[in-house]
Amino acid sequence: MSGYAFAVGACVALVVFLVVLLRTRRLREKYAVTWILLGSGVVVLAAFPRTAETLASAVGVQTPSNLLFAIALMVLLLVCIQLSVEITGLEEETRTLAEEVALLRLDVERALRKQEDRRSDGPTASPVVDGTPLEARRHPVLGEPVSGD
Amino acid sequence: MSDSSDPRVLVVLPAWNEAASLTGVLAEVRAHLPRVGILVVDDGSRDATADVARAAGVDVLQLPFNLGVGGAMRAGFRFARAEGYDAVVQVDADGQHDPADVPRLLAPLLAGEADVVLGARFAGVGAYSARGPRRWAMGLLSVVLSRIARTRLTDTTSGFRASNRRAIELFAREYPAEYLGDTVESLVIACRARLRVTQIGVEMRQRSAGVPSHGPFKAAVFLGRAVLALVVALSRPMVRTSGEATA
Repeated sequence: MSGYAFAVGACVALVVFLVVLLRTRRLREKYAVTWILLGSGVVVLAAFPRTAETLASAVGVQTPSNLLFAIALMVLLLVCIQLSVEITGLEEETRTLAEEVALLRLDVERALRKQEDRRSDGPTASPVVDGTPLEARRHPVLGEPVSGD
Repeated sequence: MSDSSDPRVLVVLPAWNEAASLTGVLAEVRAHLPRVGILVVDDGSRDATADVARAAGVDVLQLPFNLGVGGAMRAGFRFARAEGYDAVVQVDADGQHDPADVPRLLAPLLAGEADVVLGARFAGVGAYSARGPRRWAMGLLSVVLSRIARTRLTDTTSGFRASNRRAIELFAREYPAEYLGDTVESLVIACRARLRVTQIGVEMRQRSAGVPSHGPFKAAVFLGRAVLALVVALSRPMVRTSGEATA
């Protein structure tokens, strides 16, 4: 019987840990729900071990623990897939941000260059080819030669 | 399409650690195409690629980290869309594409005969040969994509290509960053959005710096990934151009 008490204790600890993570905003609710549901389910199974036996005979599995192992593997697999999906979404968002940053940076460089040109003596200051000043040898933001790092 | 008498063309060079070859390639593009806009997309290089490009006086999109050719090109297409260019020509920064071929690449585009034009090897011009699994992969891609595009495409992995406004609009939204996404999958996307794809035979040169990746094992991996990319691309939900959605 102490084995069951241990299982119940472990599951309760898990649920508490998840809630703590949620409260300190280190875990988003959409990921925590799965784990909390899972933890609660295991608590029920640990408290009433007959449920596992009933379930196993209902599905036609001889050893109840094997049913639990199989379910556990499935759940872990699904969670891994869900994480991969989330990562893919994040990568796509990161990619879009990187592209936006590059475009914005070019906009800033051009605006600064234009401002600099206007501040120096008039439109004759630098030769312009196709909208691009030829004197782009200097760093457009710092106005001094770029040093490689 | 807009006024075809003076189309604005943007040459986009995706560059990843190409500082060694970039100056020469840029000079060549300028020499052959004095009136086009030039954009270098620095794809998170660790060398001085962006500085070299700025020193040459061209516009530079500097990505904060490496996204692959697909990411670099989508940024380029977004720039072209924002600036209202009529056509985008992708030219590799390693010097394997001859800028002198660009006018031939643009001809079907500006004549309104095609939306995407590929500069292709194996099309009667130039000498290039591949063997073993790599050849099978390229053959398979060419057969399948030719069927989808309803025209003969011999070199579907070519990075030398021209896109018109419709294609720019599509690619600014949808340009995969995956392996082979920038070449194979983007063609599938274009075809399924009912863009007309065609090819022009060109000769590719030896890269002016760096070594191409070859070897039987890599070629076999390439074959597998090519098949996977093709199957995934073909099974994806359809993408439509905005012009068609309203029609």
